[in-house]
Amino acid sequence: MSYIIIIVSCVFVNNIVLSQFMGICPFLGVSKQIKSSVGMGAAVIFVMVCASACTYPVYKLLDKLEITYLRTIAFILVIALFVQLVEMILKKKVPPLYRALGVYLPLITTNCAVLGVTIDNIDSEYGFLQSLTNAFGTGVAFTLALVLFSGVRARIADCDFPEAFSGAPSTLIAAAIVSLSFMGFSGII
Amino acid sequence: MNEHSNWYEFSKGIIRENPNLVTLLGMCPTLAVTTLASNGIGMGLATMFVLVCSNFVISLLKNAIPKSVRLPCYIVIIAGFVTLIDFLMKGYLPKLHSALGVFLSLITVNCIILGRAEAFASKNTVFKSVLDGLGMGIGFTLTLFFMGSIREILGTGSWFGFEIPWLSDHPMTIFIMPAGGFFVLGILIAVVSKLKDRKPPKEIGCASCPNASVCSDEQKAECTEKEAGTV
Repeated sequence: MSYIIIIVSCVFVNNIVLSQFMGICPFLGVSKQIKSSVGMGAAVIFVMVCASACTYPVYKLLDKLEITYLRTIAFILVIALFVQLVEMILKKKVPPLYRALGVYLPLITTNCAVLGVTIDNIDSEYGFLQSLTNAFGTGVAFTLALVLFSGVRARIADCDFPEAFSGAPSTLIAAAIVSLSFMGFSGII
Repeated sequence: MNEHSNWYEFSKGIIRENPNLVTLLGMCPTLAVTTLASNGIGMGLATMFVLVCSNFVISLLKNAIPKSVRLPCYIVIIAGFVTLIDFLMKGYLPKLHSALGVFLSLITVNCIILGRAEAFASKNTVFKSVLDGLGMGIGFTLTLFFMGSIREILGTGSWFGFEIPWLSDHPMTIFIMPAGGFFVLGILIAVVSKLKDRKPPKEIGCASCPNASVCSDEQKAECTEKEAGTV
């Protein structure tokens, strides 16, 4: 039961993009088309789950050596290494998948949502399976926000804004409205 | 090497190339921690510290770091300084430390810092890199301070804890909610573009993609094709 609560809480109540403000850069940068949103979202779900699986034992090791203050350095290295590795493996072994996800992979190293979710796993004191569930839910939340928002952007792309508002400001204000709608979920858990 | 004066390198980050409002980098902390003006300043100063230190070290090491592994090297250097500031803040400002929470660790992946390392510190002298870091840090801090002030005054009716008459009786709570953050930032960017009398930045395509510095040319071409929907 607690797994369902973790997922619902990640996806709707505490949506990582719209209420925790992580991963805003790709949210604004890659959400121009639904197709690229789905690609980026899939890559993020994959990396988040694997990064959580990798950082869990790393943190246990740091904990044993009593150097948990090094977790930021250790985690970002694990994530960077992992992303690089996945990119190389996909390029060699699964070219179609690489073509679908490859472009988005380097963007993910510097995506604060990935580092954020691994730190959140530790701070919330989740076990291994709960960490994976949390990572999966957060990835889905990211994808959901991206896909929803790319739909909104397709609509506002042709609107006639005052010049100062065209581009980034109108996008941010649209994001405010999408975020407002997600506030409706607060309190369901 | 460019031939700009030291003053230019210092001052460009404050308004002309303000990292938040003009180049649209580091949006996550800008939106997340600015519910109070004091948090905004704290986050800005912490980021400035990391930015100056990492620019300093990276420009010192620019000839020692092999080009192919430069990004992991930069990230490790940055993460080291983030751990340092994390400790300092925990020791001396525990209240601010808990208010900033996870976003203090996330300075590591703040694209402003990696962006400046890649675009400036790895190509310029130590002195200029430090100036650049200071300027960008001040620009970032000022933006966060303004965002924080607007959201605190409208959202809670107080400023640095001082209650403002009338406003504190009718606070517009929406401004300290996530939605208010997006809204205030959007308005700020529009105002800055209007003042500068030029079009606001378009965050579409590789030139303005915050992660562009990480991509290879091949990936950039692919990315552009994907965005255009031809693949």
